Formats: sequence, C-alpha cells, structure tokens
Amino acid sequence: MVAQNVVFGVLAFVMIAAGFRVVTTKNVVRAALYLAVVLAGAAGQFLLLAAEFVGVVQILVYIGAIVVLLLFGVMLTRAPIGRDADVDNDQRWLGALVALLLFAALGAVLIDAWGSDEIVFARVQQVGEVSDAIFGPYLIPFEAASILLLSALVGAVAIARRD
Amino acid sequence: MYLNQFLLLAAVLFCMGVYGVLSRKNGVLVLMSVELMLNAVNINLIAFGAFHDTVIGQVFTLFVIAVAAAEVGVGLAIVLVIFRNRASIDLDKVDLMKG
Amino acid sequence: MPTLSLLAVTAPGDVGPPPAAGILGYAWLIPLIPAISFVIILFFGKKLPKKGSEVGILALLASFALAAVMALDWIGREGPRHAVHEHVTWFELGGTDIGAGIHVDGLTVMMLVVVTFISLMVHVYSTGYMHGDRRFTYFFAALSLFTAAMLTLVVADNTLQLMIGWELVGLCSFMLIGHWWEEGANSSAAIKAFITTRVGDVGLMLGIILLFFAAGRSFDIANLNFLALTGGIEQGLLFAGGALLFLGVMGKSAQFPLHVWLPDAMAGPTPVSALIHAATMVVAGVYLVARLYGVFWTGFDIEAGGINPVALIGGITVIIAALLAFVQDDVKKVLAYSTVSQLGYMVMALGVGAWTAAVFHLFTHAFFKANLFLGSGSLIHAVHSNNMSDMGGMRRHMPTTFWTFIVGSIALAGIPPLAGFWSKDEILNGAYADGYPLFLAVGLVGAFMTAAYMTRACYLIFAGEYRGHGHPHESPPSMVWPLRILAGLSIVVGLLNAPGIARFTDWVAFEVEGAPHFLHHHDFNIGLAALSTIVALAGVGAAAGYYLRGAFKGLTAKSGLFATGHKVLVNKYYLDALFVDGIVRAIQYPVAKAAYWVNQRVLDGAVNAVGKGAQGAAHVTYDYIDQMLIDGAVNGAGMSAGESGESLRHTQTGRVQQYAAYLFGASALAALILVIVT
Repeated sequence: MVAQNVVFGVLAFVMIAAGFRVVTTKNVVRAALYLAVVLAGAAGQFLLLAAEFVGVVQILVYIGAIVVLLLFGVMLTRAPIGRDADVDNDQRWLGALVALLLFAALGAVLIDAWGSDEIVFARVQQVGEVSDAIFGPYLIPFEAASILLLSALVGAVAIARRD
Repeated sequence: MYLNQFLLLAAVLFCMGVYGVLSRKNGVLVLMSVELMLNAVNINLIAFGAFHDTVIGQVFTLFVIAVAAAEVGVGLAIVLVIFRNRASIDLDKVDLMKG
Repeated sequence: MPTLSLLAVTAPGDVGPPPAAGILGYAWLIPLIPAISFVIILFFGKKLPKKGSEVGILALLASFALAAVMALDWIGREGPRHAVHEHVTWFELGGTDIGAGIHVDGLTVMMLVVVTFISLMVHVYSTGYMHGDRRFTYFFAALSLFTAAMLTLVVADNTLQLMIGWELVGLCSFMLIGHWWEEGANSSAAIKAFITTRVGDVGLMLGIILLFFAAGRSFDIANLNFLALTGGIEQGLLFAGGALLFLGVMGKSAQFPLHVWLPDAMAGPTPVSALIHAATMVVAGVYLVARLYGVFWTGFDIEAGGINPVALIGGITVIIAALLAFVQDDVKKVLAYSTVSQLGYMVMALGVGAWTAAVFHLFTHAFFKANLFLGSGSLIHAVHSNNMSDMGGMRRHMPTTFWTFIVGSIALAGIPPLAGFWSKDEILNGAYADGYPLFLAVGLVGAFMTAAYMTRACYLIFAGEYRGHGHPHESPPSMVWPLRILAGLSIVVGLLNAPGIARFTDWVAFEVEGAPHFLHHHDFNIGLAALSTIVALAGVGAAAGYYLRGAFKGLTAKSGLFATGHKVLVNKYYLDALFVDGIVRAIQYPVAKAAYWVNQRVLDGAVNAVGKGAQGAAHVTYDYIDQMLIDGAVNGAGMSAGESGESLRHTQTGRVQQYAAYLFGASALAALILVIVT
C-alpha cells in the first residue's frame, strides 16, 4: 500500500505543479508542454487505479493528438515563441477568487461525503469487461460518439475553410 | 488509498482549469485550460469506478476523451477563423456583443 | 264614525229602494261634450268655415238638450227624489279613494240647465260680438273649456273634483279677461282677478283638507253633509272648515273685501262678463255653500238666528256694492257692482237659512243679469265706448236692446211679476221668518238701492239725446236674439216658484240621505211681498225724481258729509290702495330686499367661493400634484430606467470570459451557501 501512496503523491505533486504552470505561464508553448505533463500524470493515475486501457488511450489521444493539435493552433495563430507579457486579462483576481471559492465548496463537500472511504480492489477490472460494456449496453452512446466525431470533423473543416 | 485523495486532486485541477478559463487572454490557452478541467473530471470518473467496482467509470471516461478531442478540433477551427479575421486571438478584443 | 254608502240606501224614514238612475246616470256626458269641443276647436278650429264657433254652439246645444232632458226627468219623478250617485275610482291611496263622480240632485240639475243655457246664449251672441276678432277661435275654445270646467264643478260628488273645476274656471276667467292682453290694463285686470281669487283659494284648500280629515279621510260631499248633520263631526271643526271654505267663497263670489277684482274684470269682452262674471263662475262660491250646506248649517249654527259671519259678509257686500254702483260712469261697471251686490244677497240668504231662496235667486239672477250684460255689450258694440256719458237717447237708435234692457232692469229691481221679485222676496221672507231681522232690513235697503241705480243707468243710457259721436245702429241678429230670449225668460222664469203655479222648492231641495230635514219652508207672505214692492218702486221713484225733476241735486256740493261720502265711493273705499300699497308693498319691499341680499351675498357668495375654491384646487393640483408629484414620478421612472440601464450596460462587455467568470462565481457561491446551510 505504501508504494501506491507514494507513487500517487509524486504524481499528484507533479500534476498540480504543472497544472499551475499551465494557467500561469506567459509562454504559450510552455503552457502546452506543461499540459502534456499534466495529461501524462493523469494517465499515471489511471494506471494506479487499474484502468490501464483508459490510461493508454489517454496517452494516445490526449497527448498524441490533442496537445499536438493545440501546438498546431499556437503556431497557426502566430503566437509569439517565447515570452509574451500580455497573456492574462484583467479579471485574474476575480478568477482566482472564483477558483478558490469553488475549491472551498468542492473540498468541503468531498471531505464531508467521502471522508474516510477507501478504494479496495476486490478484483481487477478487465479490459474485456470494458469492451463488453461499450458494445453491449452502451452501444448507443458509442455510436453517438462516433457521429459526434464525424460532425466535429466536418464542422471543423467547414469552419476553418478558406474560401 | 483513499478515495478522497483522487477526488481532491481532481478538484484542484478543476479549479485551476477554471482559473485559466477565466483569466487567459489567448484563445488557445483557454482551450488548454478546458482540457485541464476535463482531465479532472476523468480522474473523478475512474476513481469512482474503482471505488464502486463498476466498469462504467472507464466507459464514460473513454467517451469524455472522444468528446474532448472533437471539442478541441472545433475550438481550434474557430480560433483560427478568428485569427484570420482579426489577425489576433486576443479574447479581450472579441467584444462585438458589447452593450 | 259611520260612513255612508249611497248606492245601497238603508237610511231610516225611507220608503223602498231608490229608483234606477236612468238618464241621470249619464250626467257626466254634459261636461264631457264641451271638453271634447274644446279640444276640437283648439286643434281644428282655424280651418273650419266658421272658425270653430259652430263646434262650440253644437256642443252646447247638445249639452243643453241633455240637461233639459235630465231636468224634466228629475222634475217628473214621483215620490221622494233621491240623488243619483255614480263614482269612478282613479286610485286608492292609503284607504282614501281618489276618483271622479257625479252627484245629481235638484241643485245639480238646475245648475246644469243654467250653465248650459247661458253658455249657449253667449256662444251665439259671441259669433256677432267677436266677429273679426284677432283671436276668435281661441275665444271659443276658452269658452268651451270654461263651460266644461264649470259643469265638472257642478256635478262633482267629491270636494277634490269640485276644487279641480274651481281652479280651472279661475284659469279660464284669467284667460278670457285678458283676451285683449295687448293693452296693459287688460292683462293687469286678469292678473288682479287671478291673484285675488287665489288668496281666497288658500282658504278653500285648507278647508277641504280640514274637512277631509274631520270626515274620517273622505272627500265625498254627501258623506260630509251626512256627518255634519248627524253630529259625526264636532261643531268647532265644522266652524273652522266652513270659515276656511268661506274664504274661497269670498274670493270667487266677490264678497267684501275680496270683491275688488270683479269690476276690473270688466276689461274682458262683454260675452265673457255675461257668462263668467254674472251668471256662472261667480256663483260657484254660492254653489259651494249650497252644496256643502250641512257643514255651514251646523258649523255656523244658522238655526240660531241673530248674526253669523256668512250672513254678515253677505249683507255688507250687498250694501257697499250697491253704493258703488251709483258713482260709476262705465255701464259694465254698474252691472258688475250690481252683480256683487246680488251675490251678496245670495250669500246672505244662505247665511240666514233661506237655502232655497238663495238657490232660486241664483237661478233667476243668471237670466236677467246675462240679459243685462249682453244688452250692454250690444250698446258698447254700437257706440264703441263703455261709458254712459257717451250714450243717451239710445231708445231711438236701438229699440230691441232698449226694451230687453228695461225688462232686465225691472227684473233685477224686483218688481213683480218679473223674476227678480220672486227670488228676492223669498230671501227677505226667509230672513224675516228665521229670526234675522237685521238682514231683513239690509235686504230692503239693498232692494231700494238696486232699483235706484238701475233706474239711473237706464236713464243715462236711453233717455235724453245721444251724447256721443257716430251713428249707432241696432246689433245684428246673432246678438239680438239671445237678448230677446233672455228677456222673455226674465219675465216668466220667476213663476217657477210662484205659489200655485210651480213648485221649484220641491224640485230643488237640500236633501241628505239619512239626515234629518231641517230647512224651513215658509209660505208666501203677502205683506212682505207688498213691502218689498213698495220699497223697489220707491227706489225707482227716487232716481227718477233726481234725474227728471232734479230732486236731491247739488247734495255733494252743499253737504260736506255727502261730498266725503262721494269721494270715498269714487275711490272704491280706498280698498285698492289698502291692498296694493298697504299689504302688498309692505311685504314686497322687505321681502324683495331680503331676497336680493340673500342672492348677492349668500348665493352668489357661495357660487363665487366654489369657483375660487375650484380655481385654487386647480392651481395646487397643477403646480404640486401634477408638475412635481406625477411628472416627477413619471420622469423619475424614466430616468431611473435609463440610468439603471446605463449602469447595467457596463456588464455587457461582450467578453465571454467575463460572463464565464460571473457564471462560475455565482454557481460557486451558491454551492458554498448550499454546503454551509445543509
């Protein structure tokens, strides 16, 4: 048990730090890279929670596709490579306040509700179960997600088309 | 492992994402913050799935990832169009709805 | 208090049930026919060939024929004659029956005959006299209306209907006196007549009301008489009621001191004077007393003899009017004062208990006075002047007028066997026999004076030479024939009550069903008859002596007493001055001043204050309420809307992130609150 906790602790620390940097750095590219770190950390958490398929998919899709996409966006929008002073807007402090408030509310609720619940792995969930679920009872959401992806693809092309 | 540690981690990440959404001027940076939030949600889902010994946590996370990808694609397309029209993606300057 | 139902007789002393009403039940037709003729003349008269006069004459012929038939029916009845009573209820008010009806007995029948006949004569006469007049049709319409009203009064079975007829004849009198109202004197005379009789009418109305309550809330005349005679009403009430009614009588029948209107009423056309102010309307008062005699008999205790107010007023009127007739130059005024004097006779007769005498005198007087008036009209028509000083020697120019006038004068003077003698003699007889010696003396003096002033008038008109200008000639047949008829009647009609010839007393008697018979009938007193004849002849002789032989001449120049007396007479006892300057002005000025003050100060002040108040309120409303309050509120609402909009506008930055911030912030806050609360 101790090993898991340690790993969790490390991962959590890294993720929080990186996440913090994502939202505060003045370098757009670095923000993307910090995001990648956070996502990797999330994948590690998934593995800790015995959801290896999702963890792998996270790395594949999120880091492999989404972050790259974001970097593409950065470049296509001629974001200055390097430091850019003017990245945060005027309502930083309001935003910070809101975030803190939200965290306070969430924290209070979470501690109150699941104060000392423990995750006990009676058994390990198999990937096969996941696929059974997707292609079984949750087939329709799966198909809907497919259509969604299709429409997103078409939509993105339609929006960004140069004509 | 406590359930709460995952949940609190997710909460932290979520709140940081909220801060980013609210205070970043660059559109792409806002999208990045949204990704942070979505990841926090994913962690929550997996944690609960493990806690309740149900597979639905993972299933739903997969769907979230798919949707996030679609969303980023479309979002970036919009940002690109904005950049094309205004030569800048400073969200403060997108105030055509100003009253 | 028993009230009497007259349709089912259960009175003691009666023999069998009353006979059927027969023709007398239709007596209501007699007033109705002239009323219809009034309406017809009013609406269609101008278009008719004779301008409405033919309608009037026809109507009156019909009414007279009916009246004559009814009279004959009444006279021809065998056994005790019972009055015919028909009543139609209009509505009932709290137990009191208000309606119209007819009460036909001897008195009614006699009055019907008199009124319709005289009216007929006057109608015929007026076609000649009023020929070419500016308001010919209205004249006939008014004559018809008057006749209808008088007939309504005569047949009335309740005091309310009687009063309606009374007022209506007063109105017609006003209209007809002022027929030529373009001249101020005529309209003034009409108003004087109306107002003076109105003063009396106050008494009439109060009397009717008092007797209504005294009789247990009943207007029925027969009931009233019955109660009065059988002790159903106490004597004090009867006295009060009778006195009030007598006020009305004084006004309408021109008794002293309310007689002042009658001479002035001569301003109207002569046919009007003949019909209204000689024969019919003025006798309405006498008729009232005769009709409600039970009230007066018991109320004034006429049985007792001596003196009572009715006889006293009557007696005074006889004397003072006769005196005034001596100093008149206007022939119509002579006849007017003569009428007043004769009315005094009738009232006096009623006052002494000579009921039948009074009624009979009313009857005969109608004929010869109408005759005299129409004759004077004929003279005026020929001479174009009322004054006897413009006449003289008319016997040559107008022979028919001459002899009819003389006949009338003789009848009036009371020389047998003409009509006036029989009726006047009966009055004197009644006064003598019923214990009223004072009034016997008054009657004799009056008879003397009547004969004297009529002789004077006849002398001034017919004797000597014509003093006027122009060429007078006899009047047309339409005017002369009524004179002839009336003169002929003046000769014979008195014989209707002559002993051995006819029994007017039986036909016209004061009977109240169920009440004891109280009137005394006196046998013909030959001694008294001889005395009255001598007195009348003496009067004629005195006047003749004055004018023919110059006796008593220069009396006013020689004697201061006679001079003053003459002056008083010429000024009509200064009564007009008393009424106008004394009574009217004394009330008029202070009342007028007070009314003016009230108007200016109180009323105008109130009105002005209201106006100013409204103005002030308007100012306040405008300046404060409207400008400040309401406009302020309205403007304020607008301004606040605008300003709040201005300030809220800044939230719409157009920046999505700001919206998102608000969104997240609010939900975070809400969540926090939820967490804290739960």
